[in-house]
Amino acid sequence: MREETPGPAPLVRRHRLSTRLWHWTNALCLYVLFTSGLGIFNAHPRLYWGQYGANFDHAWLELGRFGPLWTLPGHYDLAFSRHWHLAFALIFAFGLIAYLLWSLFNRHVARDLAFRRGELAPRHVWRDIRDHACLRFPTGAAAARYNVLQKASYVGVIFVILPVMILTGLTMSPGMDAAWPWLTDLFGGRQSARSIHFIAAWLLVAFFLVHILMVLLAGPFNELRSMITGWYRLPGPRAGEPAE
Amino acid sequence: MSLLLSRRALVGSLAASAAGLLAGCDRLGQEAHVRRALFSAENMHKWFQRTLQGRDALAREFRPDQRSPVFRGNGTFNPDTPAYKALWREKFVAWRLRVDGLVARPLSLSLAQLHAMPQRVQTTRHDCVEGWSAIGTWRGVPLRTVLEAAGLSARARYLVFHCMDDMGGGQDYYESIDLVDAFHPQTILAHSLNEAPLPVLNGAPLRLRVERQLGYKQAKYIARIEAVADMHGIRGGKGGFWEDVAGYDWYAGI
Repeated sequence: MREETPGPAPLVRRHRLSTRLWHWTNALCLYVLFTSGLGIFNAHPRLYWGQYGANFDHAWLELGRFGPLWTLPGHYDLAFSRHWHLAFALIFAFGLIAYLLWSLFNRHVARDLAFRRGELAPRHVWRDIRDHACLRFPTGAAAARYNVLQKASYVGVIFVILPVMILTGLTMSPGMDAAWPWLTDLFGGRQSARSIHFIAAWLLVAFFLVHILMVLLAGPFNELRSMITGWYRLPGPRAGEPAE
Repeated sequence: MSLLLSRRALVGSLAASAAGLLAGCDRLGQEAHVRRALFSAENMHKWFQRTLQGRDALAREFRPDQRSPVFRGNGTFNPDTPAYKALWREKFVAWRLRVDGLVARPLSLSLAQLHAMPQRVQTTRHDCVEGWSAIGTWRGVPLRTVLEAAGLSARARYLVFHCMDDMGGGQDYYESIDLVDAFHPQTILAHSLNEAPLPVLNGAPLRLRVERQLGYKQAKYIARIEAVADMHGIRGGKGGFWEDVAGYDWYAGI
């Protein structure tokens, strides 16, 4: 980390350009995909497991339609929800691929996201959970790195949930199922893929809510600045604690 | 106290910004160039899928015991016109499939003649654009066989399927596919479903199966197949009833 100013609260470069570009592109994509996705879901708000599933089959979940405050567009228009969804799906999927390749190349994955030795030890994880529960956030140089819970949630989203969203989305495509027959085998059928797509979308919403909460608790101005400009001010030592 | 305030602020600002963003996106979606950009994704999906598929990649075929217990209908459940009812009452003996347009030998085929041609049987998954799927066994004549019998012109690029169901305002349903799908081995003109004559609900007496696309491409109640060089002058010009009326994608591979 390159420090700009000496003293108790130095500004450091925290997020690379690739991370910042992808973060905001992805935020926009997920927003459009979620709202247009609910618009598409409204066309048949029932979910099934297996290869097939329609009105006469057993649905494991049956909901009413999501209201206009949830969907894009704000009135029922399956065709137009699909236009939004399928256009942003391309930006989202190729954005993720570009970001992953770029992050492997610039070692973002190896340096910032990979777990370090000892980090996954139960004692370390437990301490991190306790710190989070007490809202005791890292200070000084430790704040410049991701902590283990943070890493786990980023790794889970980037390497598991987002790829699952893309692959289950492709599994719902009859064209892609002909091109890649392993897709339906992987998820146990088109209707299972549709169910997993729906569940994973809500896991992303849960991630988003915790993510925003953490940003607010850790200092929204500093966090936002670091994700826009890259510069982050290291928090000083807490009162009554020695500086690290 | 401050945590409480920030929580309230969080919920309030999240809800407000979400609503504001939605309204913004909605307004953007009405701009002509934004619509064009969004609609162009269809061509990218088509290009990717056609590149990854190869011409003859097959849709999955299932075993008969993997079928849906009930194969539901959608769109028109019964054309219910006097002409259709008259045909149905006589078990469609008077019905003819016309094949014309850019062909060397226009055809007029009866159901018996279609039955006498080589048949293909396939148990496939039908995927509705709405999200549901049903698996059924279709039996029918490969479209390729009919097109070869009619002598498709080298100028033909699309096959238009004219249907007998009135979608309101005197407009019959219609759909179209290109030659890649027309000559695909699983593209058949199906006259039976699950070993029985095609029910009215599912498009009696004849429907199209284009297994690598969504349900609205699978035209039901077919009366005529027209070979054309392009879609100009064919109804709304977008290649299908829902394409014209509701802005559905013509390529429905996803």
